[in-house]
Amino acid sequence: MSGPSLETASALASRYEAVVIGAGPAGLTAAARLAEGGASTLLLDENPAPGGQIYRSIEAAGAGDLRRLGPDYAHGRAVAERFRASGAAYAPRATVWDVGPATGPVAGGAADRASTSNRLVSLTLGGAGRAIEAGHVILATGAIERPMPFPGWTLPGVMTAGAAQIALKTAGLVPTGRVIVAGCGPLLYLLTSQLLDAGAEIAAVLDTTPRGNWLRAAPHAPGFLASAYMGKGLKLLRTVRTRTRVIGGVTALATEGTGALRAVRYGTGSGKGALEADLLLVHQGVVPNANFSNAIGCAHHFDEAQRAFVPDLDDWFASSLDGVSIPGDGGGIAGAAAAEVSGEIAALGALRRLGRLGEAPAMEAALPLRRRWKSLQRGRAFLDRLYAPSPAFLAPPDDDTIVCRCEEVRAGAVREAIGLGVAGPNQLKTFLRCGMGPCQGRFCAGTVTEMIAAGRGESPAAVGTYRLRAPVKPVRLSELASFPETPEAVLAVTGSHSTDRIEPLSTGDMQ
Amino acid sequence: MFRRLREAAPALRFRFDGEPLTGVPGDTIAAALLASGRLALRKSVVGGEPRAPYCMMGVCFECLVEVDGVANRQACLTPLTDGMEVRSQSGARTIRPAAGQEP
Ligand code: FES
Repeated sequence: MSGPSLETASALASRYEAVVIGAGPAGLTAAARLAEGGASTLLLDENPAPGGQIYRSIEAAGAGDLRRLGPDYAHGRAVAERFRASGAAYAPRATVWDVGPATGPVAGGAADRASTSNRLVSLTLGGAGRAIEAGHVILATGAIERPMPFPGWTLPGVMTAGAAQIALKTAGLVPTGRVIVAGCGPLLYLLTSQLLDAGAEIAAVLDTTPRGNWLRAAPHAPGFLASAYMGKGLKLLRTVRTRTRVIGGVTALATEGTGALRAVRYGTGSGKGALEADLLLVHQGVVPNANFSNAIGCAHHFDEAQRAFVPDLDDWFASSLDGVSIPGDGGGIAGAAAAEVSGEIAALGALRRLGRLGEAPAMEAALPLRRRWKSLQRGRAFLDRLYAPSPAFLAPPDDDTIVCRCEEVRAGAVREAIGLGVAGPNQLKTFLRCGMGPCQGRFCAGTVTEMIAAGRGESPAAVGTYRLRAPVKPVRLSELASFPETPEAVLAVTGSHSTDRIEPLSTGDMQ
Repeated sequence: MFRRLREAAPALRFRFDGEPLTGVPGDTIAAALLASGRLALRKSVVGGEPRAPYCMMGVCFECLVEVDGVANRQACLTPLTDGMEVRSQSGARTIRPAAGQEP
């Protein structure tokens, strides 16, 4: 069994053979496999309990919760149990903000492998900062919802569908009043049916799936028909359609209300409408949460089908940086079942690299997993094309739409800068402060890239995305004050040697 | 706004801008506030517009609040504990670095 959760930075060892970041299906499985393989392993996660977003609160879920959220959610129990039984150390509520190359002699015991290069993982835990050595790092940072900008998306009463699902899973919160769900993608219908089952009143689903997507997806239908998604997906669509009103072909959205949502206006090819609403839940798919891999220097490429930047990975899910692997949705969206399999493959690759597993046994163990991973990809190509977001919600046409929620930069200002010939996302950031707030561009990077691409008639791949730097999460000076290498770390983060101030700093302001 | 699927005793007491509210063990601050009908937790930095939790998973930073005197805590990641003093934040002063720190 894993011991009690580690709650303070001083409770951590100075070195682990493997450090895993993120406790979703990929991270939990990778950590379990590494510990089972004999490697000293630490799992760091931002949340108070294992599960990530998909298996949120899985250990605390009662029979009713498991029934309501379905067997795919309930499977998370087994994933968490395997991790708990593996002997890996576990530090919840830890914020990791950098993974850099380690310098100097490696502290540690007999488990050291001289042949492996080491990484330095910087984090805060229990209010104190710490840097620990890792022989190998597994980044399992998962997915985030793709931003869906439209006029008034910052109004209280507008949330992501994922946020409503988290509130349901963690606190059993069910929306009351008139709820409208808008956007596209499988999660939209899954959430709608979960909320209906929980007794919510869904006034309408505004489906923004572009009509032409069906044609583009059709050539990939055979793969989809043979996949596990098919039966589940059709059943969901049917359930939702019989229980609420679905308005398809929605091409424009806007909110009304001062201080709080009052109504949602929408447009379709054939007209306009407005619906009174207390809560609007939006969603247009998920993208890899690549801020971390971007900030530490992993190479990325633009994936046309997923319409997002994804890290370059080899067939062990190892990134371009030696000693850093990225399984799960953080390495490319493939879903929870595939994340579990890729976590296992990444762990095998790490054990092999750490000298814990020979080449032949690693290959042999990976073979059936690779086959399973491939079979889980079946149907993806169809879904990616069917649920490709509409251009109007990737590069918002209305100048008044906020692009950067943190710094309140609007589409009009972004378009003006593009018209003036801004060199790319990084220069735009300097000009407009777009992406410089505390979220570090997580909610505007995609939109900015799409807007520049649309403005210039180039591909997003050619435009690129923000270049990020550690720390990837805001760090407080008081947390750094407890750091062993205080002067350098403080200088690196704040540009000043002083450690006596305790004002929190938002990292975005320092880039 | 939101109701609870299950009524869970025992309640945790906390205050939001001085007003006494309750939550249940396992709640984050953001969940307890949503369950209490409090949506807007802060005013935006530039325009002073009200903002509410948006992602509930630590990504958007719309849920920044002051907790027991410490500013800029993410309400959606911070577990609620009994007796917490939570305050809404407004605008630039609390979120920007102190004067002279801007590079
Ligand atoms: S609601 Fe998005 S970070 Fe808390």
